[in-house]
Amino acid sequence: MTMLDTPVTGPIEGPDGPAHSQHHHHESPTPIGFWVYLMSDCIIFGTLFATYAVLGGNYAGGPGPKDLFEPGFVAWETALLLISSVTFGIAMLQALKHKLNATIIWLLITALFGIGFLVMEVYEFHHLIHIGAGPDRSAFLSAFFLLVGTHGLHVTFGTIWLLTLVVQLKTRGLGEANMRRLSTLSMFWHFLDLIWIGVFSFVYLVRLV
Amino acid sequence: MLKHLKLPLMLMAAVSLAGCQYEVLAPSGWVAVQERNLLIISTVLMLLIIVPVIFMTVYFPWKYRADREDTSDYAPEWAHSTKLELIVWSVPVVIVAILGVFLAIYTYRLDPYRPLDHTENMGEPIEVEAVSLDWKWLFIYPEEGVASVNELYIPEGRPVNMKLSSSTVMNTFWVPALAGMVYSMAGMETQLHFIADEQGEFQSRSAHYSGPGFSQMVFKTHAVSDDDYNAWIEKLKGEGAPLTRASYLELEKPTIAAPISYYSSVEEGLFDRVVGLCVEENKICMGEMMMLDMHRHAGNLEGAETPDAAATEHDAEANAEGEHSEGMNVLPKSLFEYDKQRSIDGHGHLIGAPSDEGQDDAHNGGMEEISALDVRRMMAAAALSSDGLCLPNQEYASNGN
Amino acid sequence: MATEVAQTTQESISPIFGRLSLESIPYHEPILIFTFLGVAVAGLIVLGLMTYYKAWKPLWTDWVTTIDHKKIGIMYMVLGFIMFVRGFADALMMRLQQAMAAGGAEGYLPAHHYDQVFTAHGVIMIFFVAMAFITGIMNFVMPLQIGARDVAFPFLNNFSFWMTVAGALLVNLSLFIGEFARVGWLAFPPLSGAAYSTGPGMDYYLWALQIAGIGTTLSGVNMVATIFKMRAPGMKLFDMPIFTWTALCTNILIVAAFPVLTATLTMLTLDRYLGTHFFTNDLGGNPMMYVNLIWIWGHPEVYILILPLFGVFSEIVATFSRKPLFGYKTMVWATACIMVLSFVVWLHHFFTMGSGANVNTFFGITTMIIAVPTGVKIFNWLFTMYKGRVHFEVPMLWVIGAIVTFTIGGMTGVMLAIPPVDFQFHNSLFLIAHFHNVIIGGVVWGVYAAVYYWWPKAFGFKLHDGLGKASFWCWFVGFYLAFMPLYALGLIGVTRRINSYDDPAWQPYFVIAAIGAVMILFGILFTFANFAYSIYKRKELACGSDPWDARTLDWATQSPPAKYNFPQDLHIRGRDEFWRMKQEGFKWSKNYSPIHMPHYTHAGFVLSALAMIFGFAMIWYIWWLAVVAFVGVVSFTIYHTFNYNRDYYIPTEEIAETEAKGATV
Repeated sequence: MTMLDTPVTGPIEGPDGPAHSQHHHHESPTPIGFWVYLMSDCIIFGTLFATYAVLGGNYAGGPGPKDLFEPGFVAWETALLLISSVTFGIAMLQALKHKLNATIIWLLITALFGIGFLVMEVYEFHHLIHIGAGPDRSAFLSAFFLLVGTHGLHVTFGTIWLLTLVVQLKTRGLGEANMRRLSTLSMFWHFLDLIWIGVFSFVYLVRLV
Repeated sequence: MLKHLKLPLMLMAAVSLAGCQYEVLAPSGWVAVQERNLLIISTVLMLLIIVPVIFMTVYFPWKYRADREDTSDYAPEWAHSTKLELIVWSVPVVIVAILGVFLAIYTYRLDPYRPLDHTENMGEPIEVEAVSLDWKWLFIYPEEGVASVNELYIPEGRPVNMKLSSSTVMNTFWVPALAGMVYSMAGMETQLHFIADEQGEFQSRSAHYSGPGFSQMVFKTHAVSDDDYNAWIEKLKGEGAPLTRASYLELEKPTIAAPISYYSSVEEGLFDRVVGLCVEENKICMGEMMMLDMHRHAGNLEGAETPDAAATEHDAEANAEGEHSEGMNVLPKSLFEYDKQRSIDGHGHLIGAPSDEGQDDAHNGGMEEISALDVRRMMAAAALSSDGLCLPNQEYASNGN
Repeated sequence: MATEVAQTTQESISPIFGRLSLESIPYHEPILIFTFLGVAVAGLIVLGLMTYYKAWKPLWTDWVTTIDHKKIGIMYMVLGFIMFVRGFADALMMRLQQAMAAGGAEGYLPAHHYDQVFTAHGVIMIFFVAMAFITGIMNFVMPLQIGARDVAFPFLNNFSFWMTVAGALLVNLSLFIGEFARVGWLAFPPLSGAAYSTGPGMDYYLWALQIAGIGTTLSGVNMVATIFKMRAPGMKLFDMPIFTWTALCTNILIVAAFPVLTATLTMLTLDRYLGTHFFTNDLGGNPMMYVNLIWIWGHPEVYILILPLFGVFSEIVATFSRKPLFGYKTMVWATACIMVLSFVVWLHHFFTMGSGANVNTFFGITTMIIAVPTGVKIFNWLFTMYKGRVHFEVPMLWVIGAIVTFTIGGMTGVMLAIPPVDFQFHNSLFLIAHFHNVIIGGVVWGVYAAVYYWWPKAFGFKLHDGLGKASFWCWFVGFYLAFMPLYALGLIGVTRRINSYDDPAWQPYFVIAAIGAVMILFGILFTFANFAYSIYKRKELACGSDPWDARTLDWATQSPPAKYNFPQDLHIRGRDEFWRMKQEGFKWSKNYSPIHMPHYTHAGFVLSALAMIFGFAMIWYIWWLAVVAFVGVVSFTIYHTFNYNRDYYIPTEEIAETEAKGATV
């Protein structure tokens, strides 16, 4: 029924001649895989932004952005996060130059700025809840807390990942696997920066204007 | 052989005898008739494609079966034909285009929000306000000032302008013999315009699952002559109890398979309060809340004197409960809460009740009681009711509620 | 008879057990006790047999920890069939209740239980049967078709599978501990919110779907990366088999749509747990937004379900017509069109919500437009058969039945796409008949076709023909008996999800539908019997690597394929490469080199078990356990990342041995 049994000598012929016996190394699928994951994350944030757009004006007689948001505070928060992206970029440059210690130091500085951002955010949330403007007060606040909080959770996980990677860099150096992990985390970190610019513009700035 | 067919034959007979009930195909009202006509037009147009396709799906494999005698027409390399592709793309596109035109025309014509105007031979419209409760329907006749539960009477040949809302969860109002359905949702008002072209008693129900009593959420719509309709209204005026805010709250409590009941009078503006989620005392209506929010967004509340301004002296106690914020023009959450007091368990029993409100200390946090009436006076004082969009009924303030 | 209004007390929450108590076990429901006994007995038998045959260790080493896409694919299919039994049992229960409860009769199933049954039926069938089946088929077939050795991220594949199992287990647990949701499969608020759905049922729903959803989303990422990066050298995108194209479009849809579900369910969860106001009636919430968001996910979801099966139809029709697929390029573009258009039709699921004529018209027209590429596909299958040599093997039978049935269902779908018609049919039994028409005709029979087609590849022997045909005919006749009466009932004005009705004239229809359901039961049983019988007779039913004389690379492997799939790297010259290879009389060269393969791992299983415990703890408000499980997930993930030893090389001797043996049954 099939022709599989008809013997033909030699390996499979391809257009380039006989198949070479070294195995073909596929390019690592990690970068594209992580990009696709980031796009799915983008859609989560997109849904949360859409929710904020729809519900963001429903204060239910409670406080609104003008009552709650302090531009100065948010500006400092943003600065911390943006600087952390810059320091991560510097860390990547060091890594490409195979400078392990410099890489680690700049990563730790990045973590510091990231943690600073998180501390400010937690402080803001705590204050809001304390004055009765928690996520259960109105749909606006629910949407605000979820959008900003989801971003903050991502930064938290990114920071944990960063610190874990620092330990792994210390023990195993800048080999292929760790370089891959580093560039993946880099994508993640910059992505979060991008989302924050969206948050900063559409949540804090727009309503304050 | 015949005895094996007895059961299927019996069943088929039963089915066809029962077949006089295809209300969607043989409706009794103009809206449903239009919908039926559209159904038939679209089915015929679709069948133009479907019948040949199904025929070919069965014919081709048989005709080109591998063990046929003459396989000289076997064309193993034939896998492309631009001509055929053009046909299979364009014919469906044409059919879809035609259907699309019908779709657009009928969708506008049969928009449930559109008052009926298809003929001059209609009587005066009647207004009905429908509220879907757990698990029964309340019909208010604002012009006649009566209301009924689980019974709808309409005069034949006169358009019904229905406004709908819900007390808790989503439902749909469906009388298949007369019109398609529309959702009823709490805090919102939807509309349906329909008419009965002949007298009759039509099965009606909610067609959106809403909880334990859903299957029993049925009623009859009676299309009767003008005289019978007026007689029914008179009956209600005689027999029923008054539908006040208090008796509405009592009615709102969950019951399954509620019997038909009547109300002889309806408190002014009750339906608007139902839509606004403010039938209870001391609640801000949705419209008022939306207006407040719009003005907060625009910054207009800066100067308004709010009850909260006085509360800054109570900060110490209040902050402990976390309820309000210093110097912000905000109102306590309790003025807007609604769902929690209507919470039901899985067997249809009430867990919270409207009367429970106010017992929760956290809501007040030590500051003075603020009533919805205070808020309305404040808003009137701040001249917030000027844009007419989400205008609260000014009569509320003067009713002394 | 109105029920008494009672002030029930709030549930008490203990610090150790949360709101879990002995009351949560449904002692007083005889149906559940009976079910539990049945499951317990069956479970004990299975456990006993496994111990007797010393199967525990191989189960762990060969299956639980596997990262082999073929084994994972098979496990997804097993999961799908097991959950299918549960979902179909729900269906039988509903049919029986509706056949009985006419004219005031109460039937045997109280409303409280019935409402869980129809919710569970939908949830299980969509998430744990249909999704599991398509993921299983794509997992098994796609890497073979592109000449790859595995997917891009094998560990993630294992993790995705076990997360799906964790979700399924949570749904099954709700049978015996607590209860399930009573809100319909999409759980619209306000009914599904904290105020109107108290109890653990709705929380089971949320956590089961979130956990399974993570698995599905990651699986989508995995397969997209695989198709883009792991194709055999020389295989351009337009050389890929059509099933791989549909798999690509499906997984792009998964990656784009499931995040919306994740975000929406998260919001509903927050409403229930933290008292937020996304979808409440009060304090600014908007339940209509849930309806929009959930259907923005929901409509692409149904295309996720059907697109792979369209690919299956294409492969089977081409193979059994002994002709290449007609209009391959058009099929690809049609699939891509469907993929894109599926995002702009969602509102047709709620035309009756009063969005106005402008909005309704727009979405009605887009819905009609999406019928065009779908119709084109059907025509192309017909033209593939035209002037072919058609073999009526069992897979082909399923496909022909599927095309006929799906076409009818598609027609009723276009009818429903017209808003004023939908105003009468929304939520009626006409709607139920429509979507079962397309899902059973398209998805379920497509799955059966795929199983009967690829079973020989997966196991080395065919399924028995006679039992396969019996299964098909029972399903075919049973389907029409079960669902044509529902179209009629929709025209009569009967709505969905009712557990009883007054008008006895409806009863004959429900009785016929119940008879149809029983016929379908026989269809299901015949296939299960086929599995058992064919395994028993596998030596007689043994087939080689290419029993159907097929066209694509998946058939170039042994049956079952070796763990490395292909002994050599392939060089692809065009479409239907395997067909070309056969024409030229190819044979694998014996010049082997070591093959790079990933290690098996227990990490996916452990993480999913922890995730399941986390879900259970959250459902029952056992906060300490939730924290422990969550910390466990994070810590174990970190620990797992310290394992750099993920791969190894298969030595040439082993390859030579495997190839020489050929596959034995």
